[in-house]
Amino acid sequence: MRSLAAVLMLALPVAAEVSPDRARTLEHLVIQDCGSCHGMTMKGGLGRPLTEDALKHADRVGLALIVLDGVPGTAMPPWRPLITEDEALWIADYLKGETR
Amino acid sequence: MKCLCLIAFVATPLMAGTDDVTATGDLGLVIERATGSLVLVDRSDRAAVGRIEGLGDLSHASLTYSPDERYAYVFGRDGGLTKVDILTRAVVARTVQAGNSIGGAISDDGKLVAVSNYEPGGVKVFDAETLALVADIPAAGKTIGLVDVPGRRFAWAVWDTGEVYLGDFSGAEPVVMPLGNAGKNPFDAVLTDDAHTYLVGLFGEKGVTAFDLWDANPKPQKFLTEYGRDGEDMPVYKMPHLQSWAFTEGQYALPAVGRHEILWVDRDSQATVATTAVHGQPVFIIAQPASPYVWVNFATPLNDTVQVVDSRSHSVVATLTPGKAILHMEFAPRGAEVWISSRDDNKVVIYDTRTREKVAEIDAEAPSGIFFTARAHQTGL
Repeated sequence: MRSLAAVLMLALPVAAEVSPDRARTLEHLVIQDCGSCHGMTMKGGLGRPLTEDALKHADRVGLALIVLDGVPGTAMPPWRPLITEDEALWIADYLKGETR
Repeated sequence: MKCLCLIAFVATPLMAGTDDVTATGDLGLVIERATGSLVLVDRSDRAAVGRIEGLGDLSHASLTYSPDERYAYVFGRDGGLTKVDILTRAVVARTVQAGNSIGGAISDDGKLVAVSNYEPGGVKVFDAETLALVADIPAAGKTIGLVDVPGRRFAWAVWDTGEVYLGDFSGAEPVVMPLGNAGKNPFDAVLTDDAHTYLVGLFGEKGVTAFDLWDANPKPQKFLTEYGRDGEDMPVYKMPHLQSWAFTEGQYALPAVGRHEILWVDRDSQATVATTAVHGQPVFIIAQPASPYVWVNFATPLNDTVQVVDSRSHSVVATLTPGKAILHMEFAPRGAEVWISSRDDNKVVIYDTRTREKVAEIDAEAPSGIFFTARAHQTGL
């Protein structure tokens, strides 16, 4: 598990470099578009809850990879065609309450 | 009784001609998803005439109307069921009946309101007058596609298991009949306008499963299992909706899941008639009443566009860009206008359906669903 995490860490940039403008767009995307399945308050819906509490122990890189590549066999789609790896990390940090 | 009649008789001439009398037949409610509020709109005046607040989390919300078009029952994401009086523009009853819910329906006689819940999964049925709990039917997962079926009945499906149920609430005790398995991960379902066929759309596998509700023992009949064999599926950034979709020209117009296509299926034979390539992943496909046309909107990021498709030729006849993040479309009951919600432009845009030109717009905060009171008289909504 640890080695997988290490590989993942290498695969994605360490810091999420996102401009303030883009951050506002991403926040909107999270609330509105992620919100259509996970709820606008992230308490869950068709998708799992994504509250800070629910993600307390989640790894940010792992979360970013789920955002980028989706979860096969579920309704979670890959967002890689629409956002960069940096932006996915920003979303992971945002969901974990670490950008505010 | 005599006494009451006398009062009514005296009261009527006094009320008539004053401005504070409201008929509800051309009114509607627009859900403001981010603020937990509703905008009351007047269809004839193309105007917002009021706002009702305090409805909780409406991020995925829908509503249904009482038969007299006075009350709306609003189903919120947070499990809240709220009864709103359109005349007084006030919340008259509210219950948080589950942790997370997805939609609901009202029985054909207007006596019962059923809510479809995600957490805990199941269906709860309430007295429409008081919102007192009448029945609680648990399910082994998230319930979806809840519709009213004539005879004080409701049908629903379970996302996690694919099981479909028909509940009869006409007697002293509810009778819930399992109808069988629709398939993997049903995402939504709809009842045809004649209450004949309950159609369940599948996300976890290709296909749609039909149940003949005119039959005493409906059995699952799967069709459309072969579509999109010739290419890779695309990501689905928003689940399609089947409610108030299109039945036209003897066909079903269905959203292809993971494909930028509308699938046309013959209503009788369930054979695929045609495929229309469209702008994006269809979300709503809705028939323009009294016309051969269907209107379709799309999932993000292609959600600034609405297309109009002719159900005879299956070709796109118009492509409109009404605004940013188009979430819903609601037709005037006879089809003259369509009201379209643009979430990110914070407005409802009104189009004339003959000219397909914009005729008006109304301000609303992040609007999603638009619901005209005429829905009170439609089965399956």
